[in-house]
Amino acid sequence: MLVGYFTERPYQDPKSGLFGATGRDIQDLSLSNGDYDAMLGADLYNRYLDEKVYCEEVGFDAIMFNEHHSTPFCMGGVMNVEASIVAKTTSKVKIVLNGNILPIWDDPLWLAETLATIDMISRGRLVTGWVRGTGRESVSHNSQPPFNWERFQEAHDLVVAAWTRPGPFRWEGEHYDYRYVNPWMRPYQQDPHPMMMIPGVVSRNTVAWAARHKYPYVMLSTRLEPTKLSFDYYRDVAREEGYEAGPEHIGYLWKVHVDETEELAYETGRKFLQGPGNIFLEGSRGVASPVLQNLPGLTDRNNLLPTGQVGFVAASRGRSTSDADYSKPRAAAARAKAVKGAPKAKAAPASPAQPPVAAMAASYDEQLANYTIITGTPKSVLPKIRHVLEMLRPGSVFFWDGDGAMTHDDTMRSLRLFGSDVLPAVKEMGDELGLTSPFDRNPMKPKLLKGGKRTPAATKKAVAKR
Amino acid sequence: MLEAGSGPPLLVLHHSTGALGWRPLHEKLAESHRVILPDMPGYSRSTLPEWARDPRDLAILMIQLLRKQGLSNVTLVGLGFGGFIAAEMATMNSDLIGRLVLVGAPGIKPPEGDILDQMLIDHADYMRQGFRDEKTFEKFFGDLDDSDVRSLWEFNRVMTARVCWKPYMFNRRLPHLLPGVDVPTLLVWGEKDRVVPISIGREYARLLPNAKLEVIKAAGHLVDYEEPDRLARLIQSHAR
Repeated sequence: MLVGYFTERPYQDPKSGLFGATGRDIQDLSLSNGDYDAMLGADLYNRYLDEKVYCEEVGFDAIMFNEHHSTPFCMGGVMNVEASIVAKTTSKVKIVLNGNILPIWDDPLWLAETLATIDMISRGRLVTGWVRGTGRESVSHNSQPPFNWERFQEAHDLVVAAWTRPGPFRWEGEHYDYRYVNPWMRPYQQDPHPMMMIPGVVSRNTVAWAARHKYPYVMLSTRLEPTKLSFDYYRDVAREEGYEAGPEHIGYLWKVHVDETEELAYETGRKFLQGPGNIFLEGSRGVASPVLQNLPGLTDRNNLLPTGQVGFVAASRGRSTSDADYSKPRAAAARAKAVKGAPKAKAAPASPAQPPVAAMAASYDEQLANYTIITGTPKSVLPKIRHVLEMLRPGSVFFWDGDGAMTHDDTMRSLRLFGSDVLPAVKEMGDELGLTSPFDRNPMKPKLLKGGKRTPAATKKAVAKR
Repeated sequence: MLEAGSGPPLLVLHHSTGALGWRPLHEKLAESHRVILPDMPGYSRSTLPEWARDPRDLAILMIQLLRKQGLSNVTLVGLGFGGFIAAEMATMNSDLIGRLVLVGAPGIKPPEGDILDQMLIDHADYMRQGFRDEKTFEKFFGDLDDSDVRSLWEFNRVMTARVCWKPYMFNRRLPHLLPGVDVPTLLVWGEKDRVVPISIGREYARLLPNAKLEVIKAAGHLVDYEEPDRLARLIQSHAR
């Protein structure tokens, strides 16, 4: 099993009042960076990088970075810079990027070069994930939402081609044109390219796409039961593709904080919900903008995973929590209005009536009860972690800690205890449960089903087509 | 495509929010003209031209529509975004267009102010800002809970985002072509337009060699909703 550490690197400025439980809510894209304190930013970037290096010391297999833009809940606006630094300041851990936001890159060849450089400097430790980004990312880098999914796929195909196909060659796709693809660098990992992991929360398209490419799929902090169902969907698509998905194809990220006493763990764990936390996740006091989450053509509302049906998740993404609102056939009715003599046009109220997002989120205690947050001493967290592993059977797990309002000391206490008393036991559980990681068994060369034939990786097919 | 009336042809291009049916403006115009109200491709649940990337693509398709319908010497009326398309059409083939009317049309980067961004705003708020005051909005849209109109708008703005996401609602090349358009042009702006700044209207008037600007006092962006009779009279007088 692969065991990693993750934090969103929140911008923790007590003066800003951005601490949800005690200060003002964060409304997505509503804050001015005029309040940004770069001296504090310098401290925080260095703190988070130091913590990442410490993760390697205590025995984590992987450190994970993510990227968001124009928001205080994640300082990783340029995740590849952080990854470049740890490529040199660490020596063993996998550097997991979950992930680069492909559609917002107007020059993905530059991204291919950047990542190949990181892979070489780290001597093959890059695990590169791809995401589509939220409405916030589309707006802040002004990438057309209707082409988000097309650009995601084409940018991916281009990056893989740049890594695997000897140049020079031309690339003339739907969204990207290059007259000379021949980067003077190749990734260190060449079988066939750096390991990939695809993170996600609600999109069925993304799961199906990952399964078709045989890339591991990582669910991000979703509730257990719908997560299990979503993994089942991955396995279904895998079977359609003629292979059996194993634990190496499945990853799960969730919040786990370990501390010296039960009381300290409980109180410190509460800080997950008190900082400028990710507005999409339960317990944060952030406010997602329904308008940003419903940019035209960004996501198909009717193509959601079971995780997207959870009331909070739906509401935080600006979707109605009543399926009826979006599923009834409306084309005929709308068309019928466009006839001569029709009375004046009519419009809906400002937004569909639904409870406030925050009201739909589970409380801290509810999240502890449903295992989306686990806190305790090493002794008490282990059985809970085992429950999650048995239920979801992921080959990669990422413990999300040191977030929200947690201080450097809070984080370091937890990391130390992870190293001494949790990680060895978790790895034993992984062995016992047969949770193979993508580094134990290559997910791109899976066990084929009877009658299934080994086809070239989908990426290679895509490359050959160009 | 809706059509009524008889007389010289008059084509109305709708706002980015869609045609939303036959309304009093069209009824008035039909008293003197053969009024044709098409759904632009990708709007009002018509087939999406997936290849289209630019408002100019829509303009080409609308020119082709004029030809297909055997129309010439047309009075071309563009409302809001439809006016942007109409201006693009005039730069391409002014022979088909006898008279041009642009009502609150974007298409040029405003010398002063910004075009209201429908991508970062709720539909009702966007529509509300199209009116000079809240009461008029309520009169047309506020009293009924109609998710069909909202759903239609969601459909329509996907097309708008496909061709107009950036630059938003203007074309940097258009001002360079407008001086070559000699079609007699009527520009109509609501004095209180909060969606498309009136500075754009003045810019059209400056760049087009044969244009005049009529400012309707106390009207907002949606002059066609607020002052249909007055707008119809101005158009009829211009089209005569």
